[in-house]
Amino acid sequence: MSADYIIQATGLQKHFDGGDIRALDGVTASIRKGEVVVVIGPSGSGKSTFLRCLNLLEVPTGGQILFEGIDITDKKADINLHRQKMGMVFQHFNLFPHMTILKNMTLAPMKLLKKSQPEAEKQAMALLERVGLADRAGAYPSQLSGGQKQRIAIVRALCMDPEVMLFDEPTSALDPEMVGEVLEVMKNLAKQGMTMVVVTHEMGFAREMADRVIFMAEGRIVEEGTPEEIFSAPGQQRTKDFLAKVL
Amino acid sequence: MRPSASQSWLLDAPDWIQNGPQWLNDIGYDIYKSFIFDDRYQMYLKGLGNTLLLTFLALLIGVFLGVIISLIRVSWDKNHTEMHGPGKIALGFLNALSKVYLTVIRGTPMVVQLMIMYFVVFATSRNKIMVGALSFGINSGAYVAEIIRGGIMSIDQGQTEAGRSLGFGYVSTMRYIILPQAFKATLPTLANEFIVLLKETAVAGYVGLADITYAGNIIGGNCYDYLFPLLMSALIYLILVMFFTFLVGRLERRLRNSER
Repeated sequence: MSADYIIQATGLQKHFDGGDIRALDGVTASIRKGEVVVVIGPSGSGKSTFLRCLNLLEVPTGGQILFEGIDITDKKADINLHRQKMGMVFQHFNLFPHMTILKNMTLAPMKLLKKSQPEAEKQAMALLERVGLADRAGAYPSQLSGGQKQRIAIVRALCMDPEVMLFDEPTSALDPEMVGEVLEVMKNLAKQGMTMVVVTHEMGFAREMADRVIFMAEGRIVEEGTPEEIFSAPGQQRTKDFLAKVL
Repeated sequence: MRPSASQSWLLDAPDWIQNGPQWLNDIGYDIYKSFIFDDRYQMYLKGLGNTLLLTFLALLIGVFLGVIISLIRVSWDKNHTEMHGPGKIALGFLNALSKVYLTVIRGTPMVVQLMIMYFVVFATSRNKIMVGALSFGINSGAYVAEIIRGGIMSIDQGQTEAGRSLGFGYVSTMRYIILPQAFKATLPTLANEFIVLLKETAVAGYVGLADITYAGNIIGGNCYDYLFPLLMSALIYLILVMFFTFLVGRLERRLRNSER
């Protein structure tokens, strides 16, 4: 077990109804520090469940997850503390509608990291500047477009200085013309060396940015490899069928 | 000997009414004996004060109880499958207790609850306002609890997930993210409950608490004529309700503006 793995998931299972439904059926995957891993697969393949298991939003019914070497599936582990280091971006943004953008971003750093308000706001403004939304700091989420909301959701997670960012289909709920601006933010993040696990249908992003692509189907990892390996020379028939449909 | 109402009326009424047509004279006399003679209007003022105080105290108790009960119910419903050990037993017990409370309070008439509280539970206390506030508060709490529970459940699951993914615990997520939204979503219904409560306190006279209704009733009995005394009671309630409805409307609009 190498020390530069940030997440090591072993034999993850998520069964419902006493094993009749197997959303995850023994998934083993490791994420290295600074690595961009893109998870693809047909709907119902368990890729979102896998991602949500990594920060225990979905509690696996079997298997183990080591985060920075610590077993977070252990009942005694303080998952809230570990989640602070795992940023998550959702398909439906999930901004807090009753708070301004700035408050959305500073709430967690102030309450959980005990940052002072000026300190938290300074960091938030710097991040907003980076995604070109500094002028919207005082706005409420409902005043923003989908693409803007998702960019805010990304920087809100970044405000906690996470070690890894999890993206759960971040562009699936967006109008097509807004997908680009969100992917742009994600690309910049990847270039800065952020560790990222991305569940997406954006094959272009996977091809361009991924260090490694994982193809999942029916709750299992069917194949993984570099983008070239997966997209140009897939080894499994299941992968070929899927790529034939989406490319 | 004290003069009767009709004697004082002749002495006190202004000339233009006394010399006016008979119907004006009659109405003037009715109003005089209902509100002015013997300083009867003061009973309404006292009654108004008591009704407002009673409603306000009951509201505080009701919201306090309602929030706690709804949180117990929601936490149990959402978490009990993943809980274990003494925490689960404690929460399960509280949840069962809450259910009994909701069933009993919502299943029996307010007047009966009030009389049980005043004549049985607090039989030794003569503090009608406090016993009344407690009774109405406990009653209102049951309805507030279900309103807030509905509000909490109406908030998208994604909000909880967003809070938890940032590292907030269950309680902090509730406090900073879910409850503020739930309150806002349920504000119209809560305000309605407050107005219902205000009107419901009219039965406080059953234990001799001198509220607005009580004042109208007593004065009506004293002047052998209930028309104006009871109309006055009704009018005071109406004005109060209209005033609070207006306030709530403004508050609602302001809350809505903060999101647009």
